[in-house]
Amino acid sequence: MSEPVKELTKKERMAIPRHEMPRQKPEDRRKNFFEVALGYSVELARQEAERCIQCKKPKCIEGCPVEVPIPEFILALRNGDMPGAVRALKSKNNLPAICGRVCPQETQCEIKCVLGKKGQPVAIGRLERYVADWELGQGVTPPEIPPSTGKRVAVVGAGPAGLTCAADLARMGHAVTIFEALHAPGGVLMYGIPEFRLPKDIVLAEVNYVKSLGVELRLNAVVGKLFTIDELLNEQGYDAVFLGTGAGLPMFMNIPGENYNGVYSANEFLTRVNLMKGYLFPEWDTPVKVGKKVAVIGAGNVAMDSARCALRLGTMRALEEGGEPPEVHIVYRRSRVEMPARAEEVENAGYQWQDVREAMRRYPPAELAEGPNDGLYFVPRPALGLWATRRRFERAG
Amino acid sequence: MYEILEKETFSDVTKLIVVSAPDVAHKAKAGQFVVVRVVEEGERIPLTIADFDREQGTITMVFQEVGKSTMHLGSLQPGDALASLTGPLGRPTEIENYSTVICVGGGVGIAPVYPIARELRAAGNYVISIIGARTKDLLFWEDKMRAVSDELIVCTDDGTYGRKALVTIPLKELLEERDDVAHIWAIGPAIMMKFCSLTTKPFGVPTIVSLNSIMVDGTGMCGSCRVEVGGKTKFVCVDGPEFDGHQVDWDLLLARQRIYLPEEKLAKEKFLAEHSARATG
Repeated sequence: MSEPVKELTKKERMAIPRHEMPRQKPEDRRKNFFEVALGYSVELARQEAERCIQCKKPKCIEGCPVEVPIPEFILALRNGDMPGAVRALKSKNNLPAICGRVCPQETQCEIKCVLGKKGQPVAIGRLERYVADWELGQGVTPPEIPPSTGKRVAVVGAGPAGLTCAADLARMGHAVTIFEALHAPGGVLMYGIPEFRLPKDIVLAEVNYVKSLGVELRLNAVVGKLFTIDELLNEQGYDAVFLGTGAGLPMFMNIPGENYNGVYSANEFLTRVNLMKGYLFPEWDTPVKVGKKVAVIGAGNVAMDSARCALRLGTMRALEEGGEPPEVHIVYRRSRVEMPARAEEVENAGYQWQDVREAMRRYPPAELAEGPNDGLYFVPRPALGLWATRRRFERAG
Repeated sequence: MYEILEKETFSDVTKLIVVSAPDVAHKAKAGQFVVVRVVEEGERIPLTIADFDREQGTITMVFQEVGKSTMHLGSLQPGDALASLTGPLGRPTEIENYSTVICVGGGVGIAPVYPIARELRAAGNYVISIIGARTKDLLFWEDKMRAVSDELIVCTDDGTYGRKALVTIPLKELLEERDDVAHIWAIGPAIMMKFCSLTTKPFGVPTIVSLNSIMVDGTGMCGSCRVEVGGKTKFVCVDGPEFDGHQVDWDLLLARQRIYLPEEKLAKEKFLAEHSARATG
């Protein structure tokens, strides 16, 4: 039941400062893999929702890749109409608990928010997370599905693209099967992004929502090996195939020594830590090395994830076995302002910055990999593929 | 899914399992492998496909218990199911009529060599097979190998069965006696494949090895299995598992296989302690 809401003027709304996201303290969070951002309380969410001035021509929606009706869900939240907020949010976004945590809202919707001109934008991402988490806590009700179209679609990959595509198609009445190569769904959501940014039970809950729409999920199915696309289309009766095969492959840079023990691609390191739960070794069987001194080459989100995992793993082990926590260094060829990593993640990482040239001087490539005691984490740039390429072109222009 | 249907014990440490996996069995080819997890918390480990039955929908794997995961696998019984099985992975063996070929299986390498020898024979090759192990206990499938080979040489390092010799000795003798060997396959522990390759190099006969690096995903996305072949970085899981033995950087492979020795020891001790605790009740 919603309490009577005091109607604020636009000026009053704009005077409300942006609400901080409650977080685990730095000295605590480096010792565990629990989520860093704790989420808004009911009060914080309502107060933040009050800031939105409900623009007649919302600029925020233009910044959203899936055109979430942002002012609509925020208004419902403000009025205490949570089911309404969920409906609005899920009308366009099938994975809001995930997006609310890992979307770079600051460069998408929030950067368009008019409040950002003179102050801080509305914390749209945090509100999205709040609404999504509320729904998960209630138990998710799948929407009504239109009658079957009789068409079947094979979606290759249960990562963000595949899950989104499958959900949208299912909501149109098509019969969808997702083929996933790994033993767990989620793609980068499961193997790449660490637990402390995106808890895996949240990922599984969102996958369950997609399955509740009637989507079939086949794990351990490597399309191209187990089935070919021709077979899917010509023998198994699929009418269409969507390839969501992912962020993809590590590209090694032919640096001398990059195949020594103690050099990991980010994909390998993160997969061991996140998908295979290497941070729980030996309860979980997959080992992962962390050295006493770690260098992470690169400064995108993948690099930040690697560095923060390394810090946690090393600190937890030091606490258990004795010894010092590891030194983790980011080695990046440009300056801090040019780092592609999400601002929020850089902030959460809280590293002490040093001059890049100094860092490169201390870590000349040929000496980098000296074995497991000087653990080195190597982050090839196209883990995010296009992203690195785009930035290079921007700089050149 | 992935239920163990049959199990054979060749020795204390060498076991065979037949697993129900119809889609994988339908597609499996000689030279390929699968990636298996024994339990939910388990590692992903690669196991070569030793045989497959497309009609029954089964694949057969032979493995040696060398650490926690393989010991755990070896403790399962028919009726138990694997947590996951993914395949068939890797590039299949390139089977052609090369004319006369030698297939060398060392220890547990006899298992992947078997379907390769069988396919080569079916393609019209004259197949000379050499199988060897450290001791009699570790040999298996002598009869099956004999059935798919035109000639079979059996050896043990310690002479407890067959000829007392490392597999490289009869291999070298064959190359000295004959000049018609067109192609060689050597599969077994890395050190065995290294020495087979060194043995055949002076004779200039193309020698294919199947590399057994540590893997995680097995589909080319992590680089755990990377090796250097001909000076270039290759992924065993997608570029291999077969490579030109004369081009492989063996020292790098052997070093990379040792990276988790401390963790492997810890896991093995923990498993043995838990297992014997349960056994004593």
